Amino acid sequence: MPAPIRLRELIRTIRTARTQAEEREMIQKECAAIRSSFREEDNTYRCRNVAKLLYMHMLGYPAHFGQLECLKLIASQKFTDKRIGYLGAMLLLDERQDVHLLMTNCIKNDLNHSTQYVQGLALCTLGCMGSSEMCRDLAGEVEKLLKTSNSYLRKKAALCAVHVIRKVPELMEMFLPATKNLLSEKNHGVLHTSVVLLTEMCERSPDMLAHFRKLVPQLVRILKNLIMSGYSPEHDVSGISDPFLQVRILRLLRILGKSDDDSSEAMNDILAQVATNTETSKNVGNAILYETVLTIMDIKSESGLRVLAINILGRFLLNNDKNIRYVALTSLLKTVQTDHNAVQRHRSTIVDCLKDLDVSIKRRAMELSFALVNGNNIRGMMKELLYFLDSCDPEFKADCASGVFLAAEKYAPSKRWHIDTIMRVLTTAGSYVRDDSVPNLIQLITNSVEMHAYTVQRLYKALLDDISQQPLVQVASWCIGEYGDLLVSGQCEEEEPIQDEVLDVLEGLLVSNLSTPVTRGYALTAIMKLSTRFSSVNRIKKVVSIYGSSIDVELQQRAVEYNALFKKYDHMRANPNPNIAVITIHASNSTEADMTDFVFQAAVPKTFQLQLLSPSSNVVPALNQGTVTQVIRVLNPQKQQLRMRIKLTYTLKGSAVQDLAEVNNFPPQSWQ
Amino acid sequence: MQFMLLFSRQGKLRLQKWYVPLSDKERKKISRDLVQTILARKPKMCSFLEWRDLKIVYKRYASLYFCCAVEDQDNELITLEIIHRYVELLDKYFGSVCELDIIFNFEKAYFILDEFLLGGEAQETSKKNVLKAIEQADLLQEVSSFAVDRFSAH
Repeated sequence: MPAPIRLRELIRTIRTARTQAEEREMIQKECAAIRSSFREEDNTYRCRNVAKLLYMHMLGYPAHFGQLECLKLIASQKFTDKRIGYLGAMLLLDERQDVHLLMTNCIKNDLNHSTQYVQGLALCTLGCMGSSEMCRDLAGEVEKLLKTSNSYLRKKAALCAVHVIRKVPELMEMFLPATKNLLSEKNHGVLHTSVVLLTEMCERSPDMLAHFRKLVPQLVRILKNLIMSGYSPEHDVSGISDPFLQVRILRLLRILGKSDDDSSEAMNDILAQVATNTETSKNVGNAILYETVLTIMDIKSESGLRVLAINILGRFLLNNDKNIRYVALTSLLKTVQTDHNAVQRHRSTIVDCLKDLDVSIKRRAMELSFALVNGNNIRGMMKELLYFLDSCDPEFKADCASGVFLAAEKYAPSKRWHIDTIMRVLTTAGSYVRDDSVPNLIQLITNSVEMHAYTVQRLYKALLDDISQQPLVQVASWCIGEYGDLLVSGQCEEEEPIQDEVLDVLEGLLVSNLSTPVTRGYALTAIMKLSTRFSSVNRIKKVVSIYGSSIDVELQQRAVEYNALFKKYDHMRANPNPNIAVITIHASNSTEADMTDFVFQAAVPKTFQLQLLSPSSNVVPALNQGTVTQVIRVLNPQKQQLRMRIKLTYTLKGSAVQDLAEVNNFPPQSWQ
Repeated sequence: MQFMLLFSRQGKLRLQKWYVPLSDKERKKISRDLVQTILARKPKMCSFLEWRDLKIVYKRYASLYFCCAVEDQDNELITLEIIHRYVELLDKYFGSVCELDIIFNFEKAYFILDEFLLGGEAQETSKKNVLKAIEQADLLQEVSSFAVDRFSAH
């Protein structure tokens, strides 16, 4: 039996394959050879074969038949075998498989091996993939190694302990004694891994956290030495001494100083020192500054230190390196609630980041911008955000639109500005607006009573330009249906459309294949509502009856119901009908100030039915300069004497006024 | 760190180190999807992205992408330094490393990684010490057939 081919030779061979099929054939051939070699229990070449299997596994081919072989390699006395065996275990086994438990005994033996490199392999494997059961079984061995004076093993044991604690948190206690003098080590590897271990324990247990607070002075001292010490070639990175250790210490200090005044005070000076003295020309210095900022913001630091931290972030925002800009925005987002004023100072830089090319930076800048909007900066900020909405990628539009609506609702300086802003969003990003925005917007428009005419007129114009954006079309349709009378009545300075033009537009929506079924529903309802506001009733009736046989079930149902309204309740229209009295009220105001938010309400006895049409306006001008008219239709089938209770509400000179009255002196012709 | 992947510009995986328990199938899916996502990014973009519920840090060195998935609390900038340190270690070990070295000596790349990181965290911050340990282990491998128990721990 010839010796199995070497690993590198196999790699070379496989790489000559020109097609996927050719590669698969080579792999299958080699796997077959490897399988038979495994079957023969060949000790000499097992290592070579498993190594080849691992290569093929990386290419994506199945290698499960090598799992047990890895275990055999681990159990071997040869270091080469163990090295490949443990590697294979980490690549091919995972804790879901029972097979991995067979490793436990081998690992236990190797943890006590006389060669530290073998112990190292065992610690590494356990710390990388040890299951909860394995961790339970071997925690004692790890704890022993945590106390050794061999720094090569001690550092590995510390990280292995971290893994054990993550898998079996109840075992944390047993490692406590061994942590006693961990920080007295000079070896940086041990220091680094010890800090990681302490961090893990403090994060998991408030008791541990309280216990380890006393380490703050020692940690501060170590950090200080790192900064003040001269050049140390072994740990130097671009002029900074062991940045990895510095960052981990800063992170542990963060956890220890949080919610604790004394600890925070004890670390104040060193944080200020690191913040001001760290070299910022390279990424490594900025990494330390970043961690420092996070710590300052989380602990109970003096306000001066906090401002220093925010200013560092502000400088980060101007850095050429986009990675730095990214972490700055992330950090500012975290602190914008607690340090709002400090972050506000960097608002213009943040807004500039909206124009960044990088998607992640843009998103963060957008979130931060919304967080910074307030009553003072709403106009300026909204200008920038709407510009952003125009040009940003589709993935942002929905969130941005929602953000704009929210901000506008909270801080709109005027109703007109509010409506204009909504219009802008609907026309520029109308198809990305969320479905639930439509009823919210309708509600908003309804409540802005004096803006009805302006709103419907602008929405109508928008429809003339573009009917593809469904949320816009839906809101517009609803408004036209509700305020169509205002639209054609010449309320605004612009030239008003005539009724037929409006109906043309709405009917256009019904037939357009750009309209969704929901939109068609809105359009049909709007047309129906106009039958009480417009005079072209017959045209509307015809449209509605056509849709009585529409394929769309929803539309058909509406049409049928509306048709019924035409038939059964036609008498409610403004057609000469002996049972209907049409009353027009005229409201005038002789006081010196305008009456705003004017609302007329009426109630009639049970035998009557009342219909109030929209008023011409909600503002009754002062000094009799104009009147508000409103039409009331009263259905009086029993021909009883008409009595009415009326209520007027309006705002005069800033105060709300309410007036109640009874009207009983309607002329008999109105109800007989 | 949850995992580290090394892959070529054509999307071929050259190294995969997993620090969280996931089945082979799950690993394959994550690798495939993440590799595609990163390869689709333009050169001028940020080294960080949020992907699924992970924080991803990646950097390209010549024809190889080094990609790590880190925890929420991890410092992205220092992770870039971790990646850089690993590249330096490979460079020192292979003498001006290139992708072919990693392909033909993938097991060595893993051994070096396992002396630098353990359980996803850095175990040694001195370049010299990592390389010394690898050197010693390699030596041990050469004489391993009979001398394993003659080397004592120090």
